[in-house]
Amino acid sequence: MTPIALADYDVVYRRPDALTDVQTHYCPGCTHGLIHRLIGEVIDELGIRENTICVAPVGCAVFAYNYFNVDGCEAPHGRAPAMATGIKRVIPDRVVFTYQGDGDLAAIGTNEIIHAAGRGEDLTVIFVNNANYGMTGGQMAPTTLAGQVTTSSPYGRDVDLVGMPMRVAELISTIPGASYVVRRSVHNVANINKTKAAIKTAFQVQMAGLGLSMVEVLSSCPTNWHMSADGALKWIEDAMIPVYPLGDYRVADAVEPLTKRRRPDRSQNGSLATIPEE
Amino acid sequence: MARGTIVVETNRCKGCELCTTVCPQDVLAMSDSFNARGYKPVVLVDPKNKCTGCALCAVICPDAVITVFRLPNVSRMSRAPLARAQAMAA
Repeated sequence: MTPIALADYDVVYRRPDALTDVQTHYCPGCTHGLIHRLIGEVIDELGIRENTICVAPVGCAVFAYNYFNVDGCEAPHGRAPAMATGIKRVIPDRVVFTYQGDGDLAAIGTNEIIHAAGRGEDLTVIFVNNANYGMTGGQMAPTTLAGQVTTSSPYGRDVDLVGMPMRVAELISTIPGASYVVRRSVHNVANINKTKAAIKTAFQVQMAGLGLSMVEVLSSCPTNWHMSADGALKWIEDAMIPVYPLGDYRVADAVEPLTKRRRPDRSQNGSLATIPEE
Repeated sequence: MARGTIVVETNRCKGCELCTTVCPQDVLAMSDSFNARGYKPVVLVDPKNKCTGCALCAVICPDAVITVFRLPNVSRMSRAPLARAQAMAA
């Protein structure tokens, strides 16, 4: 049998254009890189790469502006929504998104995200929740689970002393200015695809000018959880999801049609009547 | 069955092994040798051409190192709806 040249194949999947060729500094198996890739794919699919501005946080994703092939800037710790507000108000035709971890958004930056939602800014917030401060060595964060061992809670999080973990998606969903607030996870392929769909909707909400959109993504931290990459994904499923249930916490009426668009119409003869967007 | 293959950007791979956990055909393995960064990267071990190009490995890869290819016209059954849709759109 003659060997088949690669040129004879169709490309089914390749690295998105919206990611640069730089190798990320993330640990092996860390799902930060995966979430970056999903955002890159969404930017490519929406065709907004030349028109997008990324606001990077402080935390593991502090170098995010090096990894996305879009314009970017770096905000002080927790202040990404405030900086993004300024950018969006000065150049409102740009698509502005912040990429923040739980130490950034849920601790020092709680004030900024709440008031950005309160003002109903047209921003997209990608909130990556990995239940600890990853960059500084795995200290306890507001999102750390009850009883979870971290470097600053060596006997497990004591809820009598420091309170219960903070559920940010539920919190932000009570604010009218936030029109699309969902929680997703990346612990298996099906949920990765749901996360990508949610990120796409979040960008479209901003492009339609409907207010703040936030996607909370449950992410793994194999290094600081002291687990294998695969074991960390299982820990998300077994331990995190019961505390942080996945779901749509707020989908405003105006946003509802945007969440439906991905289903192809199979009404005629059971075949695809229209080509799906991608 | 559809027939496919993958190309791994070996020097970008960090050897996290997530792709090997999702491959339905079980044709991914970790290399015995190190890459430029000191990780043992993933390699395709597929002597019987079992890879279908399903792209699950690429979807779970945190470092976007996998490019997935699929041979056209191998499975007419699975491609027929798409071809029909493209014909209608043209």
